[in-house]
Amino acid sequence: MKAPARATRRIPSQTKKRIRAHSTFIYRAHKEVNPAGMRSLDLMASRLSFPKPVLLRLVSLEASRLSKTNRLKVVTLQEINAAVTLVQRRIAMKAAVLIQRWYRRYIARLEMRRRYTWNIFQSIEYAGEQDQLQLSSFFSFMLNNFTQLNGNGPESYTGPRLTFPLSVSDTNALLSAFKEQQSLHARYVLQLLYETKKLLKQMPNIIHLSTSYTKDITICGDLHGRLDDLLLIFYKNGLPSAETPYVFNGDFVDRGKKSIEVVMLLFAYLLLYPDNMHLNRGNHEDHIMNLRYGFTKEVMQKYKTHGREILQLFQDVFSLLPVATVIDGKVLIVHGGISDQTDLDFLSTIERHKVKSALRFPRRTLEQLDIGQSSRQMKRMISTDGSRPSSSRSHSKNQRTPNQRKRRCRISRQDSAVSISPSSSSSSSSSSSLCSPRTPSCLTPRPCPSSPSMTYTINVLHVPFLDSLTSVPPPSSPQHDQEWKQIVDILWSDPKTQEGCSPNTFRGGGCYFGPDITQRLLLQHGLQLLIRSHECKQEGYELCHGGQVITIFSASNYYEEGSNRGAYIKLGRDLVPRFYQYQVSRTTRKLTLTQRVRAAEGSALRALKEKLFTHRSELMSGFQQYDQNNTGSVSVSEWAQVLESVLRLDLPWRTLRPHLARLAADGSVEYQSCFENMEPGIPLSQVTPNLAETLFRYRTDIEIIFNIIDKDHSGLISIEEFRQTWRLFSAHLGVDIDDRAIDDLARSIDFNKDGSIDFT
Amino acid sequence: MVSDVHKKIKAAFEAFDYETNNTVDVREIGTIIYSLGCFPSQTDLHDFIAEVEEDHTGYIHLDKFLPAMAKILLEHKYPPIPEDILLQAFEVLDKEKKGYLEPEELANYMTQEGELFTQEEMDEMLTALADHEKDLIYYKDILSQLTIDPEL
Repeated sequence: MKAPARATRRIPSQTKKRIRAHSTFIYRAHKEVNPAGMRSLDLMASRLSFPKPVLLRLVSLEASRLSKTNRLKVVTLQEINAAVTLVQRRIAMKAAVLIQRWYRRYIARLEMRRRYTWNIFQSIEYAGEQDQLQLSSFFSFMLNNFTQLNGNGPESYTGPRLTFPLSVSDTNALLSAFKEQQSLHARYVLQLLYETKKLLKQMPNIIHLSTSYTKDITICGDLHGRLDDLLLIFYKNGLPSAETPYVFNGDFVDRGKKSIEVVMLLFAYLLLYPDNMHLNRGNHEDHIMNLRYGFTKEVMQKYKTHGREILQLFQDVFSLLPVATVIDGKVLIVHGGISDQTDLDFLSTIERHKVKSALRFPRRTLEQLDIGQSSRQMKRMISTDGSRPSSSRSHSKNQRTPNQRKRRCRISRQDSAVSISPSSSSSSSSSSSLCSPRTPSCLTPRPCPSSPSMTYTINVLHVPFLDSLTSVPPPSSPQHDQEWKQIVDILWSDPKTQEGCSPNTFRGGGCYFGPDITQRLLLQHGLQLLIRSHECKQEGYELCHGGQVITIFSASNYYEEGSNRGAYIKLGRDLVPRFYQYQVSRTTRKLTLTQRVRAAEGSALRALKEKLFTHRSELMSGFQQYDQNNTGSVSVSEWAQVLESVLRLDLPWRTLRPHLARLAADGSVEYQSCFENMEPGIPLSQVTPNLAETLFRYRTDIEIIFNIIDKDHSGLISIEEFRQTWRLFSAHLGVDIDDRAIDDLARSIDFNKDGSIDFT
Repeated sequence: MVSDVHKKIKAAFEAFDYETNNTVDVREIGTIIYSLGCFPSQTDLHDFIAEVEEDHTGYIHLDKFLPAMAKILLEHKYPPIPEDILLQAFEVLDKEKKGYLEPEELANYMTQEGELFTQEEMDEMLTALADHEKDLIYYKDILSQLTIDPEL
């Protein structure tokens, strides 16, 4: 055989040609000598659909490198095989790298979507609503006047009956009743709450536990009315008992549909095993939060007659819940977190029940913000309200001197104007809400010497129903402010990754605390771990601050089916936390990240679209400002700008755009398309857009009010009642709706034209 | 055109900016870059991070990230993998040309070759890609399913 040219490491292009010829030559030459080797080469080429010459080149290069006989005349079979394997491996590795890279990117995209979705949920969760204040006061007034008039239905109660002091059979009865969707009679609810109140009064602010008597202590986070999650925890971990002590870290109510059942069970076990069942207060154990986030509604719906009484007792019980638990003097458990001013010693001395709600604005700071005039007027109004006979009906309210009514409306507008001065229309302010204390951006620049980290809205609830307002200790000393701040910090703060302590502007209360704050506090009190809840985490738990802070969250699928797992912690003598996760779901199949993200995304987008629809008229006028020629479209940036300013939600609008609005051919946004696919459920074509929106916005509250008015639970109210109710409603909102529009509205809702409205 | 690119980058960045102070943890940068449509390798990523990181604090500031990322996007520096090449890659691994891969096969490659997967990534991939009844990975089908949607 002829001696071919030498193959070198570096392959200059002229040589390449020669090598190509060379490899073909080898191939031909070796076809008979190394049939096996060549066959494997053929096979490889066909499998990889690589062009054979390329493959050959690779192989022969490899083979030459491997060739012992460096001069490269003949390559042995083994060397060819080795070369083949090597090349194969290299190609496989390249393929693997491609797949890995592609997959990582896919996951990153998914993660981004998940994050956007999460942001949507979070923004909407705590976004204020327009005039929530007025609505709550109106609502409370309704409660005041209408609930007493409900009669009792025939007594055919088949639910559980409790005897006090409670025994295990009582708690078992409760468990099975709730599993069967039965509810507990108001009488027992009241009794249970009353007994709980008595018990809690004896407890200190901070409970100290020890692991020496028991095996493990189980610590659970937010439940938010999810009975299924609670039952799952009991099922997996065991019912509370002397051998299975529990700590529940707040937020038992609001949002979920079974808050009452959850809290009844927790309180029942508290009464049954006061030494082995411990409840911390959460930021949702607060009657004003409950007005906004669903607990009040649930109570009023399930207990029409005694709802108000029950709510009053809940208010007391909530404020009596201990605020912290310490295990073995080493592990601190609070609902929210801490601040740089948290002082556990001071905390244990204050009178915790005086802080009924985080949203009680300390009087002192009120004056400092210099709205003395309106506060004086407000005080006057409280006294007038208080003196009103409780059996007055809507008529008497209308008959009130026009002067008084005007003043009230004016006050409310003035209040809201003060808190949102930049925007002229008070409609979309996310700041005037009392129920989610959100710092209005315009107030932050104003200095507030005594409480530098707190700037709150000025609106204060002035309603007779909440008599605790009148019992707030009058001139508030710095002491009182301090106490209030200590508790609010404990219930509302969130950890952050960077050092320092800054006000929690997102929630409007409490602080963001950094790892140095944690370190300092733990050191100060000889602690080693802080366990808190308050934030939803995808895996049900999360560690931060180098493992010194654990967030534990026990409501799975909080935002949406598949959005997150729930978890609980077990802590033994060694004080090493062990995490147990679970997820309540309809199907048992494990959802992939893709499916979970898709489900959550759909839900988030729907919620977002609803918000768009709710603010339709403001958005439209915003769009029209950019679209003077009425073309029906604006640029993407303009579109995003309008949404940002009207809705005040900090979201990536451009990225969300494909899900919310259509593009015209030239790349601009057809803004009308934002409002498509939204059926409010009540066709109100004749009614002015403002009314439809307002109705839609407050539909849940309206439902409650409807239920109150509908005394005989027939599902119908008369048009006259509707009219009166609506008039009051609009007076409170300061929205001018003329009577004719109300009549039209009533008539349009009354489909069967029988003079009564059914609420669908 | 450039400002649109800037806005896109900002939006992606802000999704990970937990303290709203224009910084993100350096470990999230990969996710951000991938989500913007780029396909850097691990080494590319490391180089990029070295360029923009704030002196080993573990954080990256938007001021540095924005221009660097904009450059990458405008230059199309790390182009995406076309679907057919991806298919070929799967076919390479499927030595016997079965049309599917067994989970262990794929796992072996992913966790031992190239830019290695962690066990977590492997588990997630298998859950996402495997056909549930037969527990096999029919790569041709999933490719079309899982190829990234253009926007979001």
